[in-house]
Amino acid sequence: MRDIWQRLPTRGKTFCLAALAAAIAAPLVADRYLLSVLILVFYFAYLGQAWNLLMGFAGQLSLGHALYLGLGAYTATALWTLFGIGPWIGVFIAIPVAAAAGMIVGWLGWRFAIEGVYFALLTIAFAEFTRIGFDHLQITGASAGLFLSVNSPGSDKWWNLGGGPLLYYYLALILAAAATLLVAWLRRSPLGYRWLAVREDPEAAQAAGIDIFRAKMIAMLISASMTAVGGVFYGFYYRNLFPSQVFDIGRSIEIIMAPIIGGLGTVFGPIVGAILLTPLGESLTALMQHFGINTPGAKSIFYGLTLMVIITLQPSGVWPWLARKLGLDRPRA
Amino acid sequence: MTALLTIDGISKRFRGLAAVSRVSFEVQQGDIFAVIGPNGAGKTTLFNMIAGALPPDEGSITFAGQQIQGLRSDQIARLGVGRTFQLVRPFPALTVEDNVIIGALMQTKTVHDAEKIARDTLARLDLFDKRAQIASSLTLPDRKRLEVARALATGPKLLLLDEVMAGLRPTETDRIVATLRDLNRGGLTILLIEHVMRAVTALASRILVLHHGAAIAEGNPEQVLRDPAVVESYLGAESL
Amino acid sequence: MTAITLNIIVQGILTGLVYGLMALGLSVIFGVMRVVNFAHGEFTVVAMYAAFLLFDMLGVSPLVSLLPIAAAFFFLGYVLQRTLVEPFVSRAEHEQFILLVGLATVVVNGLLLIFGPDARPINLPYSFDSYTVGSLFIDKVRVFAALGAFAICIALFLFFRYTRTGTAIRACADNLTGAGVVGLNVKQLYAVTFGLGFACIGAAGTLMATIADASPGLAPAYTLLAFVIVIIGGLGSMAGALVGGVLIGISEALAGFYIQPSMKSMFSFALLILVLVLRPQGLMGRRL
Repeated sequence: MRDIWQRLPTRGKTFCLAALAAAIAAPLVADRYLLSVLILVFYFAYLGQAWNLLMGFAGQLSLGHALYLGLGAYTATALWTLFGIGPWIGVFIAIPVAAAAGMIVGWLGWRFAIEGVYFALLTIAFAEFTRIGFDHLQITGASAGLFLSVNSPGSDKWWNLGGGPLLYYYLALILAAAATLLVAWLRRSPLGYRWLAVREDPEAAQAAGIDIFRAKMIAMLISASMTAVGGVFYGFYYRNLFPSQVFDIGRSIEIIMAPIIGGLGTVFGPIVGAILLTPLGESLTALMQHFGINTPGAKSIFYGLTLMVIITLQPSGVWPWLARKLGLDRPRA
Repeated sequence: MTALLTIDGISKRFRGLAAVSRVSFEVQQGDIFAVIGPNGAGKTTLFNMIAGALPPDEGSITFAGQQIQGLRSDQIARLGVGRTFQLVRPFPALTVEDNVIIGALMQTKTVHDAEKIARDTLARLDLFDKRAQIASSLTLPDRKRLEVARALATGPKLLLLDEVMAGLRPTETDRIVATLRDLNRGGLTILLIEHVMRAVTALASRILVLHHGAAIAEGNPEQVLRDPAVVESYLGAESL
Repeated sequence: MTAITLNIIVQGILTGLVYGLMALGLSVIFGVMRVVNFAHGEFTVVAMYAAFLLFDMLGVSPLVSLLPIAAAFFFLGYVLQRTLVEPFVSRAEHEQFILLVGLATVVVNGLLLIFGPDARPINLPYSFDSYTVGSLFIDKVRVFAALGAFAICIALFLFFRYTRTGTAIRACADNLTGAGVVGLNVKQLYAVTFGLGFACIGAAGTLMATIADASPGLAPAYTLLAFVIVIIGGLGSMAGALVGGVLIGISEALAGFYIQPSMKSMFSFALLILVLVLRPQGLMGRRL
C-alpha cells in the first residue's frame, strides 16, 4: 500500500488528497439533489472499477455484468424481506452467489476457448437467461418486482442499510475509494502483472509460466464479487427491484460506460469517467425537465453518442490524455 | 554428463501431413544445441511440442527426469523451460521493464524482487536504458532482445530460442552470440533453431539437422556440416 | 405427434425463416468483415417502422414495400460502413463492439422518442386468414413472410455464388491480403457487404412487421435473437443462419405454447449456451 502512494507524483498526491477531502466535506454544502448525483458518481465509479478489472486488466469483455449486480441485489434484499437477515450479513451471502455465477460463466467460456466476441455474447446470454428466470421466480415477486418495506421495524436503521442520503453518500464514497485502492494495489501485484500479460498476448503469457485460465478466473471472481456488493447497495438504495431493470442489458452497458470513457485499464479511468458522465447525464435530464420536455430516451441517446464519439476519437479514454495535460501521470524513469 | 532433455520418437501430423516424424535426440546439461534445416523442415513444430504449445501425436519428452509431453505450456515453463517466439511477441502496450517483470514473477513472489531480476536481465541484454519505453515502440533487434530477456527472467534451466538471429545485421548477431555464450558459461543449457549459419557455427556444441520432419544427421558441428547428406539437402541448397 | 404440435412446429418454421433472413445479414457482415453488428435488431425494428409507416400513411402493403425498403437499407448500410464503421475494421474487437453498442443505444432510444413505447400493428385485410391443409391451419401472412424471406435468401446465395461482385466479396472473406494483392477494392466491397447485410435487415424487418407488432422494446431482443441464431448456425455460414433461424423459430413456438410465451427466449439462450460449449463454431460453421 505504501508503495502505491510513493509511486504517485507529488502533484498526484496533492490532487488525491484534495479530491478526497472535498468528497468528505461535500455534504456540508451540497443539497439533497446534488448529493444524489454524487452518490451515483461514486456508485458508477465503484462498478466501473469492478468491470475494469476484468476488461481493462485481464482483457475479457463482459457485457453481462448486470448478472452479478442483479444477483447481489436480489440475494441481499430477498434475505431481508423473506428472512429478516440484514444486508451486512446478506452481503456475505450475495458475494458467493454472484461469484459462483461468475465462475460458471468463466469456466464455460474459457475452458472451451470461447473468446472475444463469443465470450461477450456468452455473458449477455447468461444475464438474459437469468433475467427471464427471475421474471418467473414467484418467491422474489417475479416480474412484479421486489419491494423493501419502509415500515418494518428497524428498516430505517443504518445497520439495515436504511436511512437518509448521508448514509448512502458515505457508503458509496467508501466503496468507490476502497475499490480504487484495491485496484491500484492489484495493479502492482504479481496478479496484476499476470492479468496484463493475459490481456496483451495469452500465448506469450503462457510461455512466461502464467496459468491463463486461472488468472482469468481470479479476475472474474473478484470482479463479480465486487459487482455483487454494488448490487446490494443498489437494492437497498432504490428499495425496489425488477428483473427487467436490474438484469437488463442496458444496466450492463451503463456499468461499462465510465471505465471506457475514463480509460480502460487505468486505475483512475473509472472515476474520471463517472465524474464526467453522471453529472452530464443528470443535468441533461434536469435541463429537459426544466423546459418541460419529458423524453425518456434522450439521456440514453446522449450516452450512446458519447460512447461512439469517445471510441472513435479517443479510444484509450479521457484519463490518459487528461493526466498528461495536468502533469499527473507517472514520470517515465 | 546427464541429459537435461530427452526427446524420444516424437511425431506430429497436420491433416495427414507429417510435420515431424519420429525424431529422437538428447540435450546434455550445459550444451548449446542447434536444430537446423530448410524452411518447412518441422523445426518450429518440434519446438512447439517441447514448449507445450502443441501436443505430440506420439513419443515422449523428458525434461530434468520428468515426462512433460501433454503438459500445458505454462506448466512446462514453470518446470524451467523458457522460450522465445519466431515472430517476436512482447506484450506490446507494456513497458520494456514490465515485460521482463512478468517473466521474472515466475521465479519470485514479490514485484520488488521481480523488478531487481528484471533490471539485471535488462542490463545483461543492453536494454536497461530503454526499460521505460513501450515495447511496441522498439526496433526489431531490440524486440528480439526483449523476447530473450523475458524468457531469461523466468530463470530457465533450458532456453529455447526460435530464430532470434534472423533479420539482424551481423554486428547485432555477434552481440547476441556473445551474450548467449556468456549465459551458457554461467550454466544455462540452450536449444536453438537458427538459419544464420554464422551464429550456429559460433555457438553450437551439437547440431541436429531436420529435413522433411525427419532427423537426417546429428553430431558435433565439424561432423555434421561435412556430412554429404546434409550438404546436399540443406547447405547446398542454401548456398546456391 | 398431435395436430396441435404439428401446427406449432409449422408456425415455428415459417417464423424461423424470417428470423433466418435477419440473422443472415449479421452472418454476411461478420463472415466478410469480422465485424459484429451489435445494432442489428435495432435496425430491424427501424425497418418494421418503415413498413408500418408506408402502410399506415400511404396504404402500401409490406409485400410491395419489401424491395424498396430493402434497397433503402442497402444504401443506409453502405453509407454507415463508409462513414462510421470503416475506420474500425482493423481496430480491436471490443472497440468495434462499443461503437455499435453506442449506435444501437442511439437508434433504439431514437425510436422510443419518435414513436413512443406502444406496439404498432399492420392490419392487412388478410391478416387473420389462414390456409387449411389437412389438420394444419397456417396463417396466410406467415406463409407470405416465410416465402419472401426464403426467396431473398436464395437470391443472396446466387449473388455470392455467380456474380463477379459476389465472388470478389467471398475472396475478401477468405484471404484479405490476397484480395488486396489482386487489385480488389476492398473498401468498396466491404461497403457493399455492409449494404447487403442491411438489405437483409430491411427485408426481414418489413416481413417481420406483418407477423409481429413494431415496438422499440423488440430491438435488443432481436439483436440477441440474431446472435443466438448465427452462433447456433455458425457465424459466417449462410446456410447456418437459415438452419439456426428455423431451429430457434421452432424452439420459440414450442416453448411459447407449452410453457409460457414470456419464457420462450430462455430456451433459445439455453440452446446457445449448449452450442457454445459443445460446438463453438456452430452447427454448420468451420472451426475458427
